[in-house]
This record gives sequence, structure tokens and C-alpha cells, in this order.
Amino acid sequence: MKEKPVIKSELCNGCGLCLSVCSCHSLTLVSGVICCSSASGECDWCTLCEAVCPTGAISCPFEIVFSDDP
Amino acid sequence: MTPQVDFLKKIPYFTGLSSDELAALAGYVFEKRAERGEMVLFEGKPAEAVYFIVSGVVKVFKTSADGKEQILHLARPGDSFNDVPVLPGGVNEASAQSIAPALLYALGKKDLEALLQENPRLALNIIRVLSGKVQQLMALVEDLSFKRVVSRVARILLESAGDGLGQGHRLTQQEIAAMAGTAREIVGRSLKALEEKGLIRVENHRIIITRREALGAVAGGEDLRPRSQTTAGPGE
Repeated sequence: MKEKPVIKSELCNGCGLCLSVCSCHSLTLVSGVICCSSASGECDWCTLCEAVCPTGAISCPFEIVFSDDP
Repeated sequence: MTPQVDFLKKIPYFTGLSSDELAALAGYVFEKRAERGEMVLFEGKPAEAVYFIVSGVVKVFKTSADGKEQILHLARPGDSFNDVPVLPGGVNEASAQSIAPALLYALGKKDLEALLQENPRLALNIIRVLSGKVQQLMALVEDLSFKRVVSRVARILLESAGDGLGQGHRLTQQEIAAMAGTAREIVGRSLKALEEKGLIRVENHRIIITRREALGAVAGGEDLRPRSQTTAGPGE
């Protein structure tokens, strides 16, 4: 299952900036609070939503791993 | 109060202006709409107006001769851009591109000059805004010129890496920026530089360290640039 951005709904002020920059339609606004849309396309982890969020309500954490490649 | 005046009174440029002054000012402001991806300004073209963001997000950036992009900042509602070159009558110092559908208000150079001569309060506000921008750009210059941010980012990646089975930390670019003592934009640039050198691979929500020893060398201070470029200055 594809990852989705992490949302702290208590910090969301419903400004919708993240929604406006999301080109893969992974986010939706429900009752004035942003959340990940289950019906939408997969998130391509561009992290623009995190970059534009004025309240730090949305984040796109990276898992950092070593490669198994030789 | 019109929606335009209601917006103008909230932004730092026009703080403290009376309703009459704001209403007069609104007569000089013109609207511009930009679709996602649309260029609003091109670097090097004559600077004709200062822009204020009513809604949407605009990426302000410079492009190097070899096509690399350096984001200066992401301007959000209430922010202004292209302020610096407008008053001296220069050219746009940076390009600007809308990354979300945007509504902008703009104030032309001649109108801004006329308003400044009539209103000392406006002049003081603009000095404050420009001072803030100078501080922001100085911090960016310091990061780009004197600090080995890429080394610190490399070290953070090595220290945070796990085996892919949930043992490693998960970090946002914002968190890496805070740990490295730099701006989020610089972290993005550092990750891109490390990826271009083949030391890491960014795949969706994973940063995969592909050459641990080489990344360790960068973390220890080894320069990423070809040797011919390293004598040009103290930059990254």
C-alpha cells in the first residue's frame, strides 16, 4: 500500500494551500480540515504540501535506509 | 469595505494605513490570475510591478547557466515578491512561477513611486519589508557560500538510516533542515546534489543510501564538486 502524507488535523487551519499544490489529488478537504483521500490517486511524495503548509499540519517523512545493492 | 481593501490592510506593506488611504490605493492595484505552472515573471526582464499573493502559491527562483534551479522562497497568501528590483528600476532578479492556481494583486512601478512620495507610513512599511527580505537572503547566501550544508545532510542521513525493516528514523525535509541548521530549500538542493552523484536514491517516501562509504566521505568534508570548480570559492 502506498504511503500518504501525515496529517495533524488539530493544526490544520483549512486554508487549502496543500490541496491547491497537490498534482496527484491525494488530499481532500472535509469539514474544513485536510485529509488524505482514499478515492484519489497515489501520492508521488513531491512534498510540496509540506512545503506550503503555514501551520506544519502536514508532513511527508522519508524512511532512510541502506541499499542492499553491492 | 471592498474585498480588495480588506485584503490590502492585512499585509505588511499597508499596515496602519487609514481606510481612505487604502481605498485610494486600491484604485492603483490590478489583478492577475495565474494557472498552476504558469510563469508570472522571468528573470532578467524589466521589473514593472510588485506582486501580492491573495490566494495560491508562487515559487520564486533563480536558474543557473547550466539549468539548475535555486528556489529562493515559496510565496504564500499575504506575501509579496519582486519588491527589490522595482524601485531602483532594474530587472527582475528572479523568476516566479505559480505552483497552484493563484490570484495576485500587482502595483506598478510608477504608481508605487507616486504613493511613496505621498505617504511616509507606506515608505516606512516598505523599508521594514525590504529589511526582512535582506535578512532572509543573507541567511541564504551564508548557507550557500560558507557552510558545508551538504556534509551535514550526508551525516544526518547516515546517522538516521535503518535496515528498511522499521529500524531507522523517518525524517521530513523540514526536520533535516532543522537538524542541519539550514532552510528546507537548501536540504532539497543537497539531496538532489547527492542523488546526482549517485550516493543516494530518492524513491517515493524512501531515501536509499546506495554508496555508504562515499556518502561518509562527503559527511567528513569531501567536496562534491569536480576539482576544477573547488578553487573558485567557498561554496557548496
